Amino acid sequence: MLLALVATALVAVALLSEELLPRLEEMWSRHRARRQLAPAMPYDPGRERRAEQRARTLLQSCVNEEEWAMYRDLGFIRVWGTQADGPVETTGTGGAAYAYLIYPHRAIVAYLAQTHRLLSEYCVAFPDETRPYGSARLPDSDDVLAKWMALTGDEQRLISTANMHLPGRQLDPAHVKRDLWRLSQWERARMRDAARNAPSSTPLDTAG
Amino acid sequence: MKPGHGEVLIAEGDVELSEDELRLTEEFRRQLDAGLWAAVPGMDPAGRRNAQMVRSFEDVPRDADRVIFFPRAAGGR
Repeated sequence: MLLALVATALVAVALLSEELLPRLEEMWSRHRARRQLAPAMPYDPGRERRAEQRARTLLQSCVNEEEWAMYRDLGFIRVWGTQADGPVETTGTGGAAYAYLIYPHRAIVAYLAQTHRLLSEYCVAFPDETRPYGSARLPDSDDVLAKWMALTGDEQRLISTANMHLPGRQLDPAHVKRDLWRLSQWERARMRDAARNAPSSTPLDTAG
Repeated sequence: MKPGHGEVLIAEGDVELSEDELRLTEEFRRQLDAGLWAAVPGMDPAGRRNAQMVRSFEDVPRDADRVIFFPRAAGGR
């Protein structure tokens, strides 16, 4: 009885080994490859915070004051589109003004400025494959600056490089709409503040 | 721009000095050969800040303060 069981087990192992061995070898080689890809330097939250701080300083020095304040207060930047008929690959805006919302490490969203209708999402990344600290990912503010420079410098090139999707692929349209509402509220508040702090345009005539 | 670091100063110099200009040109080429994009932050005639993408050192305005190199864009998911 025992001999029969052992013989059966041996046959089963022999039959399975043909199927299992290549898989085991593949799993082992994947494991080894993963270990080789593992960063030489461990993740350091302090280093990442310092990197983000440098990136924020650089971003602030490049973008308009309004854009910096927008990013600081709302977490995204709006960039106006410059193509006559909207971004490439869309159905066209009929000449209506459109803009992009730039989020860190998220898709760029194109929308119609007047109606807030979302046009499309442009998924784009700026990976640094040299991975100096084990990651190809730029600090958040550097990612925003890269998008801002590429959009303001050569909108068509960036948009044609990106993968275009319908709205809702990566970002929740309701969330984006809410961000657009927040942006309009923020702009109103800034205009109110500017009007309050502006010197009177009709100086008092002391001579009577 | 570098992951885990942010801004890194690569080279600096005065383009009016031929020695500096040569060094800056070589460094510019080296960065582009490494696959990076280059942009010069500036201002449009209306006074709004923008960036100019440059593909050769000759495209860099002579009065530019700096050139920023960043990884080239790739279609994301």
